[in-house]
Amino acid sequence: MVNKSNTDWRFKIAHREALIGVVLAIFNFIWWFGFAYGLGSRPVEEYTYVLGLPAWFFYSCVVGFILISILVIIIAKFFLTEVPFEEEEEEL
Amino acid sequence: MNIGVIAPLVIFLVAIFAIGLISSRKMESDKGFLQNYFLGGRELGGFVLAMTMVATYGSASSFLGGPGTAYTVGFGWVLLAMTQVVTGYFVLLILGKKFAILARKYNAVTMIDFLKVRYNSPAVAILSAIAIIIFLFSAMTAQWVGGGRLIESLTGLQYTSALFIFAISVLVYVVIGGFRAVAVTDAVQGAIMVIGTLILLVGVIIAGGGVPAIMQDLLNENPRLVTPFGADGSLTAAYVSSFWILVGVGVVALPQMAVRAMSYKNSRSMHRALVIGTIVTGFIMLNMHLIGIFARPVLPGIDVGDKVIPLLALEVLPPWLAGIVLAAPMAAIMSTVDSLLLLVSSAIVKDVYLNFIKPDAKEKTVKWLSFGVTGILGIIVFLLALQPPELLIFLNLFSFGGLEAAFIWPVVMGLYWKYGNKYGAIASMITGMVSYIALHYYNEAFGNLLGVHTVTFPIVFSFVAYIAFSLLIKKKEFLF
Repeated sequence: MVNKSNTDWRFKIAHREALIGVVLAIFNFIWWFGFAYGLGSRPVEEYTYVLGLPAWFFYSCVVGFILISILVIIIAKFFLTEVPFEEEEEEL
Repeated sequence: MNIGVIAPLVIFLVAIFAIGLISSRKMESDKGFLQNYFLGGRELGGFVLAMTMVATYGSASSFLGGPGTAYTVGFGWVLLAMTQVVTGYFVLLILGKKFAILARKYNAVTMIDFLKVRYNSPAVAILSAIAIIIFLFSAMTAQWVGGGRLIESLTGLQYTSALFIFAISVLVYVVIGGFRAVAVTDAVQGAIMVIGTLILLVGVIIAGGGVPAIMQDLLNENPRLVTPFGADGSLTAAYVSSFWILVGVGVVALPQMAVRAMSYKNSRSMHRALVIGTIVTGFIMLNMHLIGIFARPVLPGIDVGDKVIPLLALEVLPPWLAGIVLAAPMAAIMSTVDSLLLLVSSAIVKDVYLNFIKPDAKEKTVKWLSFGVTGILGIIVFLLALQPPELLIFLNLFSFGGLEAAFIWPVVMGLYWKYGNKYGAIASMITGMVSYIALHYYNEAFGNLLGVHTVTFPIVFSFVAYIAFSLLIKKKEFLF
């Protein structure tokens, strides 16, 4: 369309970062669901335990949480771009 | 009455007052009363931003109702609670920089301001204001009940007097301090929540004789407690997974979260907040709910879920430490209540009064009106909370779901889809709210439709309505 040149360059970055958020959430869900119901659906007598916690719970929730935290740190450090928010800041 | 427990709590409340007062002094800065009172002048740094999001979101249900349910249901409920970790990064990444940039461009102070400019429609604004006032009002009442109950169980005071103390403490600093006071006290309260959680976790593990011993006790009592399916086997994978929408990704549409996503200073604050928010949310959710389960062998036979955490703290910790730890749920409740109060007040003053009744009101009038409305709202909620409904957590979830069904697509699609227009937004909000309420009553009567939480289908319906009406009526490209 005519206004292509008017599209704010910052929005391109914003769109990419929103997409990262969606991908991370989907990964988070698969990890959480996979371990919880993959390991947790066995009969209780066959459960194994890690640090005293049921293995399904340990991998799904404890490891899952730590893993997601690490991924968020990596994303914030290397994949997100700093952009100015105010029009006047543009020169900085 | 236990002075040793009450003293730390009182000190905590006084400290919060002091912070509220100091922050309000800073409010005399340059950006104008509305921006400052309702948005803290868009100057939040990363740590305060993260903590205010966690504290606003982590409410009575994460500290009292949730662990109480985990106590009854077992590990299945901790699994469910962990769906909330996603909120730590999802809200900020999805609304993200585009929301922050547009909010500044539109000079938006509330989520409704943003919607009004984006869709160029007063109807969208008024509909949103109604939704916020109704649904957040019920959320707020639930939280006040929680606050009153907590003080009641700690001090032995009558519920009415307990609620009165709570109401006064919240009102004073919200009315005086505004958003910055709320955000700064949230940061302090968030820190208290983390420390309180950690102390209580250690306390309960020691009291239970270590994690393996606790697990053995649970297995002996009812093996289902350690499965993902709940003590009576009724937590299905579909039901638990549908909480990913309710308390996970759907949180993006909650006005109290969205307003925080336009309040930060720069992109560096946002990046820091992502990391801190995710870690703190996950830490609190995981450990508070684990504490709920671990409490079962330590303190068997509690039948009111909300009392598990207060009773446990009094049981396993020395009194003074229990006082500090119990300041955590207190902090959680207060910080949720204060932000909701401010939000409903902003919906009335900013979105209804200034938009429709008197757009040219003087700054001074607006100022006194803001104080007045906030105060009166507080009194009304107090009166409602005097007759407390039994299940705090479900009342709270009801309002979350209703707001999510109403706002998620107008906000998210409004940001990222150029063909979204006001017809789509209005259709989506009405569809979302009406189908949510209808389905809520259907599910109450006949059990959950297809075994998932009420919020699931209304979110699908409102999505279809948004797309259909945007394309069918006056389809036009929107230039951001």
